[in-house]
Amino acid sequence: MTVPTPILELSAIDKTFAKPTGEPLRVLANVDLALQEQEILGLLGRSGSGKSTLLRIGAGLLPPSSGSVRYCGKPLVGPSAGIAVVFQTFALFPWLTVLENVALGLDALGLPLHDARERATAAIDLIGLDGFESAYPRELSGGMRQRVGFARALVTDPIVLLMDEPFSALDVLTAETLRAEFLDLWVEHRLPTKAMLLVTHNIEEAVLMCDRIVVLASHPGRVVAEITVPLPRPRNRTDPAFHRVVDEIYSILTAHVPRGTEAHPLRSPLAQPLPPLSINRMVGLARGLAAHGGRAELPDLAHRLALEIDDLFPIADAMHILGFAELEDGSIKLTAAGRMFAESNTDERKRLFAQHLVQFVPLAALVRRVLEERPNHRAPLVRFESELEVHLTRPDAARTMEAIIGWGRYAEVFEYDDEAREFSLGQK
Amino acid sequence: MARYVLAIDAVTSPARASLRSVRPDMLALAVLLAIVVFLVIGLSQAFGPAPATQAISLSPGVLPMYAVRTTLRMLAALVASLIFTFTYATAAAKSRRAEVVLIPLLDVLQSVPVLGYLSFTVVFFMSLFPGRALGAELAAVFAIFTSQAWNMAFSFYQSLRTTPHDLDEAARAFRLTAWQRFWRLDAPFAMPGLVWNMMMSMSGGWFFVVASEAISVGDTRITLPGIGSYVARAVEERDLGAIGWAVAAMTCAIVVYDQLLFRPLVAWTDRFRVEQTAATVVPRSWLVELFRRASHVRRAGAWIGSGMQHVARARLALPHHRASRHRSAADMLWYLGVVAVTALLAWRIAQTLAPALSRSDLERALVGGGFTLLRVVVLIALATLVWVPIGVAIGLRPRLAEKVQPLAQFLAAFPANVLFPLAVYAIVKLGLRAELWLSPLMILGTQWYILFNVIAGASAFPTDLREAAATYRVHGWKWWRDVMLPGVFPYYVTGAITASGGAWNASIVSEAVSWGPTKLHATGLGAYIAEMTERGDFARIALGVIVMAVLVIAMNRLLWRPLYAFAERRTRLD
Repeated sequence: MTVPTPILELSAIDKTFAKPTGEPLRVLANVDLALQEQEILGLLGRSGSGKSTLLRIGAGLLPPSSGSVRYCGKPLVGPSAGIAVVFQTFALFPWLTVLENVALGLDALGLPLHDARERATAAIDLIGLDGFESAYPRELSGGMRQRVGFARALVTDPIVLLMDEPFSALDVLTAETLRAEFLDLWVEHRLPTKAMLLVTHNIEEAVLMCDRIVVLASHPGRVVAEITVPLPRPRNRTDPAFHRVVDEIYSILTAHVPRGTEAHPLRSPLAQPLPPLSINRMVGLARGLAAHGGRAELPDLAHRLALEIDDLFPIADAMHILGFAELEDGSIKLTAAGRMFAESNTDERKRLFAQHLVQFVPLAALVRRVLEERPNHRAPLVRFESELEVHLTRPDAARTMEAIIGWGRYAEVFEYDDEAREFSLGQK
Repeated sequence: MARYVLAIDAVTSPARASLRSVRPDMLALAVLLAIVVFLVIGLSQAFGPAPATQAISLSPGVLPMYAVRTTLRMLAALVASLIFTFTYATAAAKSRRAEVVLIPLLDVLQSVPVLGYLSFTVVFFMSLFPGRALGAELAAVFAIFTSQAWNMAFSFYQSLRTTPHDLDEAARAFRLTAWQRFWRLDAPFAMPGLVWNMMMSMSGGWFFVVASEAISVGDTRITLPGIGSYVARAVEERDLGAIGWAVAAMTCAIVVYDQLLFRPLVAWTDRFRVEQTAATVVPRSWLVELFRRASHVRRAGAWIGSGMQHVARARLALPHHRASRHRSAADMLWYLGVVAVTALLAWRIAQTLAPALSRSDLERALVGGGFTLLRVVVLIALATLVWVPIGVAIGLRPRLAEKVQPLAQFLAAFPANVLFPLAVYAIVKLGLRAELWLSPLMILGTQWYILFNVIAGASAFPTDLREAAATYRVHGWKWWRDVMLPGVFPYYVTGAITASGGAWNASIVSEAVSWGPTKLHATGLGAYIAEMTERGDFARIALGVIVMAVLVIAMNRLLWRPLYAFAERRTRLD
């Protein structure tokens, strides 16, 4: 049996961005990806896994730092005819009507205005937008806007369709409708497209739509698993087989979250990015868990709390980092401290949090130590920010500082003056 | 009422409907025709062989034509500014090397008093078309151009640098050429900011067109038919009645310009807002409504529209320059070259000026600068004390604000130099001290910026914060300090920056004024520049202009920018 040539083939992709300090930061490490004819390939990962970066490299919007991209067997340099992109934010031009937005996809082809209109109208009909041709995007609901996004991509008769979290900005019901309609078009072969790549952080969405799912791990983004979804279409969310695939992916995604103190020996303990989360969300999750015996499967928990994994994971991560919970194999378990955290009163909870913050988060310990060592007990933000930027990208460093400031203020481990951008010990 | 008529249209037979739509068509055609006629007459006179010095009649009957000529200069300058904006700002935004030269240059140009170098440009343009009105016309247009082009270009540049990332990616993913991208993404995205800046600078424009219609540089005397020269003649003749006519004509010109140009523009640019929510208040314009309802005219318009579509869709392959942010050796060389050329130019200027000037000249300019600076600071402070409380009081009463706001904007647009003669007449008649009483003229026209910005700020102040303050019984000075002043502060700073810039410029025409043979004079840098312009002493004009530019830049850097940054950081409500 011969292996057919993939339509879009990314091999040995590395992508590094320059850190503020000038050093390179690796976002994607040696990623291979092959998009075959007649498949929907899912690209699943948590934030920071570089999945959107990978899609942009496949679209020719970003060049890889090393590795090669081949489209229909030829090297891809820059955006190409035959590859269309659907954006998470829709990326519609607010000053163009629906018809003009869709026809924009054809501008580069230099078709006569009349032909362009005809094709745009056909795409609009296909995607269920008839009657809205002369409307402006701001008059449309989110779901209708993304339909325009799809029509604009499909009007060019693309061979490859790249979708960057196309449903994640929509409410649950709208997303469901759009997904179902789009899958119908695909299954009934009414789309000109030969293959599709779907970037998503929604595990159920991936299992519902894709033939094959590639799971990426974060920091740097790399392929950790590839799962073939053998389920027949149309798929049913309540099917036990469907659940097995979802659970399998959950356990892959939670397989390895290091704590600050037990991080990789070669990496500095400061290299861990922290999510700026309000304490209330952690307390909420801890209480929710405590009420259910202190343990839950993540898919169930996500379902019960109506959270998506991009919302749930950072909270679970933070609790794991702080030693209030253990994450393993797709489930989360409260530790003894976590149980106390959930059940104590405000003051006790604060004290407990302060203890764990200094113990488990090296950055918090560092801030505290520096403040204690300095005679005036003050230190500017940049002192820590610049140290952090050695290990993290600037946005990650900024988010981590934001997290540490919020947590430290809550725990009264230190004070922070945003006007002077300065930490201090405070009067206690 | 209009809604009712439309509803009837929908149910009447096609024949009757078309009959009905004839009326808007007639009106629209009439408006179009009037505009075309005035354009043709005005342009033919400007390009005609008329001499640069023309006799100005004081008969009120000539004023409409004068107003048209003045307005045409405004229009010409606007077109020139747009062309400049599209090219200059695009170059600065798309090429990093151009950027390091163009943006600092723009920053300096913005601070140079327009009226200060009017003398240079007049001489330059007159030399291009010796003895003809066209040279003087161009000089006047150039003066207006310089009063609006810089901040329009800045606004456009800012927009180009901040195009939304996703739209940029979409434009690239669908492989738009640079030309298509400009018309599909760059220009539309920049439009709201650009139009707002055009409106702000239009006010300055009226001031400068009036000032540049009648000037004399040394022996060169220029009088271009227009409202400005009409006022100048009225001052010579000491004809108070004529000044009244001029004020009336100016008022009409501004109202018509606003209604025919800016209202439709603002209504039209509403569609370019990026926010994906429907606006609560949709800007309207009767002209746009009229043309929308005039179906026959609209059909002709659609034809033009589709022509423009063709142009925007053309796949013109312009050199597509992806601005990479890497620095290279070639860049270093380029920077060094820029620095070297700048140094050389500065040295040449110093070399040219030095022999003609002595130390006492510099001292005189600096002392004058000190006086003018004092005037600007004191007057802005006074205007603040007066207009901030009044603006807040008006802004908190929505129905009143709705009526006062257009008036304040009109007053800001009205060229105060048309009113100067009235003030001068009063000073002469009452025997007041010129040194003191000429000062308020500087801020006569620009104080309104403070007023209408504060009104806007107070109107936008969130109701819940006001209610919270009322609930906790925050009163008196505490209410001002903790509630209202922080709320209107960013708006106030915006207004005060414009007012202060305007006041510096106005000093050149307000520190030295006359009423017939009576000349009034206040010590200051503006009077110094005015005096040297009259003498045609170019070295000293240059000295005065440089000193003023340095003072303006210093004031911007040391006072306004920090205040603006503070406002951005601390008191933004969002």
